Amino acid sequence: MSLIKPLLRAPLSAQFGLLVIVLYILVALFAPVLAPFGETEVVGEGFAPWGGQFLLGTDNLGRDMFSRLVYGARNTLGIAFLTTLLAFAVGGFCGLVAAIRGGWIDQGLSRLVDILMAIPQLIFALLILSVVGTNATSLVLVIALLDATRVFRLSRAVAMTVVVQDFVEAARLRGEGLWWLVSREVLPNAAAPLIAEFGLRFCFVFLFISALSFLGLGIQPPTADWGSMVRDNAVLITFGDISPLLPALAVALITVSVNFVVDWVLHKSSGLKEC
Amino acid sequence: MTMSEKPLLEIRDLHIEGHYQDAWHPLIKGIDLTLQRGEVLGLIGESGAGKSTLGLASMGYVRDGCRITGGSVRFDGQELVGAKPEALRTLRGLRIAYVAQSAAASFNPAHRLIDQHVETAVRNGGIDRVRAEAEAVELYRVLRLPNPEQIGQRYPHQVSGGQLQRVMTAMAMACHPDLIIFDEPTTALDVTTQIEVLAAIRDAVKTYGSAALYISHDLAVVAQMADRIMVLRHGKLVEEADTRSMLDAPQQDYTKSLWAVRSFRTEPKPCPQQATPLLEVRKASASYGHQPVLQEVSLKLHRGQTLAVIGESGSGKSSTARLITGLLPPTAGQVLYDGEALPADYRQRSKEQLRRVQMIYQIPDTALNPRQRIVDIIGRPLSFYLGLKGQALRQRVAELLEMIELDPALYMERQPRELSGGQKQRICIARALAAEPQLIICDEVTSALDQLVAEGVLKLLNRIQQQLGVAYLFITHDVATVRAIADEVLVMQRGQVVDHGSREAIFTPPHRDYTGLLFSSEPEMDPDWLDRLLAKRALTSTVQTV
Repeated sequence: MSLIKPLLRAPLSAQFGLLVIVLYILVALFAPVLAPFGETEVVGEGFAPWGGQFLLGTDNLGRDMFSRLVYGARNTLGIAFLTTLLAFAVGGFCGLVAAIRGGWIDQGLSRLVDILMAIPQLIFALLILSVVGTNATSLVLVIALLDATRVFRLSRAVAMTVVVQDFVEAARLRGEGLWWLVSREVLPNAAAPLIAEFGLRFCFVFLFISALSFLGLGIQPPTADWGSMVRDNAVLITFGDISPLLPALAVALITVSVNFVVDWVLHKSSGLKEC
Repeated sequence: MTMSEKPLLEIRDLHIEGHYQDAWHPLIKGIDLTLQRGEVLGLIGESGAGKSTLGLASMGYVRDGCRITGGSVRFDGQELVGAKPEALRTLRGLRIAYVAQSAAASFNPAHRLIDQHVETAVRNGGIDRVRAEAEAVELYRVLRLPNPEQIGQRYPHQVSGGQLQRVMTAMAMACHPDLIIFDEPTTALDVTTQIEVLAAIRDAVKTYGSAALYISHDLAVVAQMADRIMVLRHGKLVEEADTRSMLDAPQQDYTKSLWAVRSFRTEPKPCPQQATPLLEVRKASASYGHQPVLQEVSLKLHRGQTLAVIGESGSGKSSTARLITGLLPPTAGQVLYDGEALPADYRQRSKEQLRRVQMIYQIPDTALNPRQRIVDIIGRPLSFYLGLKGQALRQRVAELLEMIELDPALYMERQPRELSGGQKQRICIARALAAEPQLIICDEVTSALDQLVAEGVLKLLNRIQQQLGVAYLFITHDVATVRAIADEVLVMQRGQVVDHGSREAIFTPPHRDYTGLLFSSEPEMDPDWLDRLLAKRALTSTVQTV
């Protein structure tokens, strides 16, 4: 009840965004049920037209475009979600600790983050991935590490404003340990901006993975992935066919939807009153 | 002033609503107000009474999330409710001006004072800049600011709080407005600074013949400033009369209770001279970086006693509390608890040492974690120090809630934001008591509360002391509070102890220089108090110069 009420009152854009997100999640979860063909199955000729047996035609190798789009949701969404979660766990926690402890712990962590952030993200990722090899695990770890630096910055800044409040001082004087301060005193009061950032960061990671895949260093074939699907079928664009743009459209739609929801959450957490 | 003359400001049956928790709530419920030219009207009432809302409405303005739902506001015959923004803009700053509570928060820190001062006059008033600046200097002189020629060239952070408040008053007067709204202009200031600002404001209002709305929760202050007083409560008018008859013969019960609030006194407790003091600070000095904040501060506090530490802001009162709690390690000297030295840093103190000294903060809103329920807030010290769990813990929380006069059934599951300021402060008291301490440090615990609520909190603290025998280190800048509850008094100035003794000794004349200045600066419920005080001080300063 308490969850449904704000949803009904949310602006139309946020409701639309939530609907799209839920749809994507459902598609990702039930991919095998929804997809008429297998993910990597070659079912016909390359570049078959839309309609008939293949709803959205086939790709360059003759795999069903629609099926791959559906499976792509699972792969791209799953990896992006996992990466963002990891980035927040690491970056968020370190940021809170840095803010609470201060002193040399704060200095050490902050300078380390500065060093990591000084190198352009895409180039750094390409560098590490070409060294450690491109598989899903290293992809997740590398992007999570790079994104954790941004999360660290935010969570430290947000926590700083909470840490100076009297109730945190009261908890310190009570003799509370670090874990209590992080989990009970500071995190609940820093949650709103962090949640909003989570949505935004998720989009960035998503786009980043797609970009890496397009460059050939992301999710590796034959696994279906929206970024590499664009690259694989890019040649069709010259013939005026919009099929290669479908995965890009899927990326765009989820990005816009997530941002709609993030805007709404930010607006709510900012305390502005709507009249 | 003739009766046939049209009033400057005429508010009729004004209704204003505010939007919070997803619904519209009435804030002002049908108030009438008439203000003649040159008249000063005082608005008093507790927080939430609608004073500020009414003050802003006289400029045709409502805060974000509020709306005017009925009535009219006529300024010099012109209707302001529903007026076009352009029409309002030509009035504001030129004919109606506003002085906010916190001058420090209201000035733009990036611009010089003079630039902010002349902005309205030059842009809307059609006065050229050279003349506007000359007038500004004249105003600074009237408001008795030091260096009137140069002070405008400074930035807001380069002048003191009291000076900034006077600069803001000067700014409000820049275009010789017909009406100035003062919204608690001296509430954030020390009593000694307050005097200067009050005197300056009053002179300036008289010199330029402006009408004024003077908003304050402090009756004694309003009595010095206003010709007539309106008492507001819950968005309604309680009583209205001219200042003298209001002070002499208040009609309504609520007004009478406001008048009686400063009469509370505790029974003085004899001080055991021989026993080991519960808390002793021996010649402690401390500094923030290279800035010394405490110099050889010594104090003793015995079991079950109340030691009041009084001084202006910056006198080192709160630093003394931080020193005792271990948040500010001393550079010299030591803190003894029951004859034993406490480690300087709170991180080196044992759980038991931490438990015995508890703290209550000035602003209850920031002292309670907004994301925790009351039962969690009070329950944490119980489970942390005493190891209580489950039903025993809830039982003890309920007992503590009863002790602070809040119904456990109603408040246990609530969150701090659902409580009023006074209730929040009571929760802070309960949290401190939960640890079963022998010493509670109260850091300005009543400063953020309305007078009636503050009195309730003081009475509660006193009753708890009688029941449990806890000692209080009571830090405050309010002389009335000290007079109400202290057994021993310590007067601080610039990080040093300048006077100490029992309540009786301290409050009996003759006073030492600074103590005397502090006490005489406390506003009294007498419209002539300010005049008398200024006359007396002028006399003594003439004597000194002679």
